[in-house]
Amino acid sequence: MGGMAAPQVVPVETPDTDEVPASDRQWVTIVWDDPVNLMTYVTWVFQKLFGYSRERAEQLMLDVHQKGRAVVSTGARERMEHDASQLHAYGLWATVDRS
Amino acid sequence: MSMFHRQAGRYVAVFAVDEVRVLRKVATEVVGLLTDGFDHTDPVVGRLFPAVYPQDAPGTAEFRRYTEGDLKTAKIDQAGAILAALPDDAGGEVRLDAEAAEAWLRALNDARLAMGVRLEIKDGTDLGEELDDAVAEDPGSSRVFQLSVYAYLGYLQESLLNALID
Repeated sequence: MGGMAAPQVVPVETPDTDEVPASDRQWVTIVWDDPVNLMTYVTWVFQKLFGYSRERAEQLMLDVHQKGRAVVSTGARERMEHDASQLHAYGLWATVDRS
Repeated sequence: MSMFHRQAGRYVAVFAVDEVRVLRKVATEVVGLLTDGFDHTDPVVGRLFPAVYPQDAPGTAEFRRYTEGDLKTAKIDQAGAILAALPDDAGGEVRLDAEAAEAWLRALNDARLAMGVRLEIKDGTDLGEELDDAVAEDPGSSRVFQLSVYAYLGYLQESLLNALID
C-alpha cells in the first residue's frame, strides 16, 4: 500500500457563527406583487403575522408594490415555510428562497 | 352599497337581499373550488396555493404534502364564516366579532383572487374602464356582472378592514 500519507489535518478554531447550522440562517420569505390584493390589506397582514410596526409594514408593502417583491422574513428554512404557509392563508403570494 | 362599521366591539353591516345572494354565491363557489375536483393546473388554484419554490417542483410538492391540507381547511372555514353569518335569503344585518371579521377579510380576499384570475385583472387594470368596455359590448354579459361583483367585493373588504383598523 504505497502512496502518500494523508496530510496532517490541523484543527481549525470554529468561529461562533458556525454553531448555528448554515441551514438556519440562509432562507428568506418573499412576497410578490399581485394586481388584486389591496395595499391596506397587505399592510395589515404584515402587521398581523409578523408584529411589524405600521411604518415597517407599510414600507414592506410599498417595496412589494413598487419593486415587485420584498423579503418579509429571514431565518431557518422550516420557519420560512411556516411563514409562507401563513401568508398563503391570507392570500398573499409568498415563496421561500435562499438568501 | 353596504359598508361595515364598528359598533360596541362588533363589525356591523346591513345587506340588501341582492348583496346576500351575491356573497352566498361567491363563498359557495370558493368552497366548491376547494372541494370538488381540486386541480393544481387550474390557474385559480395555482394562485390560492402558490408554488413555494417556483424553481423546485419536488420541494414544492414536499411543502404541499405537509401544509396543503391545513391550508385548504382554513380557506374552506373562512368561506364558511361568510355563509354562517349571512341572513337566509333575505336582506338583513350581519354582525361579526373580531375573529369572524378576520375570517371574512381572508375569505373576501380569496374570492377576489379567484375572480381576478378569471377576469384577467392585471397591474394597472382600470376597473371603471373595463366595466365601461364590457357594458358597451353587451350590458347583459356575464363579464359585466363578474366585474361588478369583483368591484363590490373590493369595496366591502376595504370597508371591513377600515372598521377593523380604526
